[in-house]
Amino acid sequence: MIALLMRDLRLATRAGGGFGLGLAFFLIVCTLVPFGVGPQGGTLALIAPGILWVGALLACLLSLDRIFALDWEDGSLDLLATAPLPLEGAVLVKAAAHWITTGLPLVAAAPVFGILLHLPGAAQPWLVAALALGTPALSMLGAFGAALTVGLRRGGLLMSLLVLPLYVPTLIFGAEAVRRGAAGGDGTTPLVLLAGITMAVLAAIPFAAAGALRVNLR
Amino acid sequence: MAPLLQVQGLAVSRGGRRAVEGVDFTLSSGQALILRGPNGIGKTTLLRTVAGLQPAAAGRVEADPDAIAYAAHADGLKAALTVTENLEFWRLVFGGPPIAAAIEAMDLGALVERPAAMLSAGQKRRLGLARLLVTGRKVWVLDEPTVSLDAGSVALFADAVRRHLAGGGAALMATHIDLGLPEAQVLDLGPFRAAGEPVRSRAPASFDEAFG
Amino acid sequence: MSIWEYANPVKFMRVSGAALPWIAAAAAICLPAGLVWGWMTPEDYKQGSTVKIMFLHVPAAMMAINIWVMMLAASLIWLIRRHHVSALAARAAAPIGAVMTLVALVTGAVWGQPMWGTWWEWDPRLTSFLILFLFYLGYMALWGAIENPDSAADLTGVLCLVGSVFALLSRYAVNFWNQGLHQGASLSIAPGERMSAVYKYPLYLCMLGFFLLFLTLLLVRTRTEIRRRRTAALLAREVRA
Repeated sequence: MIALLMRDLRLATRAGGGFGLGLAFFLIVCTLVPFGVGPQGGTLALIAPGILWVGALLACLLSLDRIFALDWEDGSLDLLATAPLPLEGAVLVKAAAHWITTGLPLVAAAPVFGILLHLPGAAQPWLVAALALGTPALSMLGAFGAALTVGLRRGGLLMSLLVLPLYVPTLIFGAEAVRRGAAGGDGTTPLVLLAGITMAVLAAIPFAAAGALRVNLR
Repeated sequence: MAPLLQVQGLAVSRGGRRAVEGVDFTLSSGQALILRGPNGIGKTTLLRTVAGLQPAAAGRVEADPDAIAYAAHADGLKAALTVTENLEFWRLVFGGPPIAAAIEAMDLGALVERPAAMLSAGQKRRLGLARLLVTGRKVWVLDEPTVSLDAGSVALFADAVRRHLAGGGAALMATHIDLGLPEAQVLDLGPFRAAGEPVRSRAPASFDEAFG
Repeated sequence: MSIWEYANPVKFMRVSGAALPWIAAAAAICLPAGLVWGWMTPEDYKQGSTVKIMFLHVPAAMMAINIWVMMLAASLIWLIRRHHVSALAARAAAPIGAVMTLVALVTGAVWGQPMWGTWWEWDPRLTSFLILFLFYLGYMALWGAIENPDSAADLTGVLCLVGSVFALLSRYAVNFWNQGLHQGASLSIAPGERMSAVYKYPLYLCMLGFFLLFLTLLLVRTRTEIRRRRTAALLAREVRA
């Protein structure tokens, strides 16, 4: 499993691996929004939690099709399915690699983007905590969507349609925690619910995703 | 000695329709079997079923799933990784023997530091076959293993197969060309025999069969 | 004889063919009768004539949810027992469910404009229905995208399972997010009467009508689907021969 994780990380950081693209996309979103709504700090601060979360969602979505599509094309997925490693484990590892290359940089860079959008300082810890707890679920659910559409030639758009509704609970609780933090309140309740969803997703979705992969491989 | 791979009355379907059926064979240690048949007869599907990637439409495949190494048209190589990295990865996943012997056997020694992207089609193919060696598995299931290999490489490959057989392994191959393996048995897959009696079970294996 | 016998397409075609005219006729009687009866009810003292939208809105909303539950059941039957008719029934039900969801949303908007002064409100119920609609769209799109019918049935089945959990989860998450101004359920089995009989009985009739309409459409669509598969199978056989 570690070998698979290391390989995926190595592939992501090599030329053409797409590492950092999600972060750049996130930056573009945070740059474009003020052009759309005006530079007033008050307005931006109000919508910052939502923008940051939606931006994270889209940045994550952008790289989802890479999770399985490349391995499917070059036959690696066939070989992984016949390897001693259970396919569920492979799915979990590949989702983890996706999270490390897209989710984790977002978590680390979020405070900077928060400043760009005038997010109140009190909300910064909540933003980091919510993204750290929520983005693993985004990667795992994305892996499920990618597994469903892996055999399709133009599956990207379809995958967005399948995956985004699954992101609703994560988005709601994640953004709510930040919003409560921004209002100077306590975001613990949504944060705990968010963590609960992430745990459940990590525990259950690998089985669904591996099942979908097996169907697509045959 | 117990056979490594036993196939009885195997039928496979492709795209919801029956392809070949009634396939029987047994592979023991040291044996090779070559599948022949026209395009579209279902050789690939049959091999994938034997490898456990697809369910059988009927019949049985008896083998230890951890004994089969499958190799198909796509080699499972990453263009951005070097030859060594590619091989080392698959060795770790399958827990096989060290990669040095495989590199030697497939004559890849001069290429180890090259990214797979810079290999020619034939070199890639050889790397893909070297991957088989590092799985350390006994039963090779190979789909057209010699595509894009020149005569010298085919001989190299035949040698590798022979050593594998001598080492107690077995190989099941679908190929059109002569590998120079006179000891291998040949199974000719015939055309689809659809004239059987209609299936009317309560839960038909395939929807279309339910109509008889 | 067990119920699973009907999973054989041949048997299903025979039985459903015999039942279909009766069900269709019952739908053709119940639905117009219920709607006309609903139309004739007196105006509500508070809501005025807009209350009559309820006879479309409530049954459509009910069916939107029930159809998804039916698809979930059918998907489970397919995944566990692999009966092709049930997979095809799930596929056939999805567009009907999507239309029902849309009807519920549109009638809700039409009703909301005079009552709440806005066409759309991010109210938990409305939002949940919008999310349900998205799930229907994704489900249908996945069916449409995959060529191999058995794989498509498997994958949409898994999606339906996961989607059901997340639709439910979204429902509660949305509740958490916005408390909303939608009124409580119109009908309740609790002893406290919440709706006068004047409205209740025509509403029951409308619900029955909607259910029969769904059953009719479902049978027609499933039969069409089976015939299409059969045509494809016969064509493939001809090509092979």
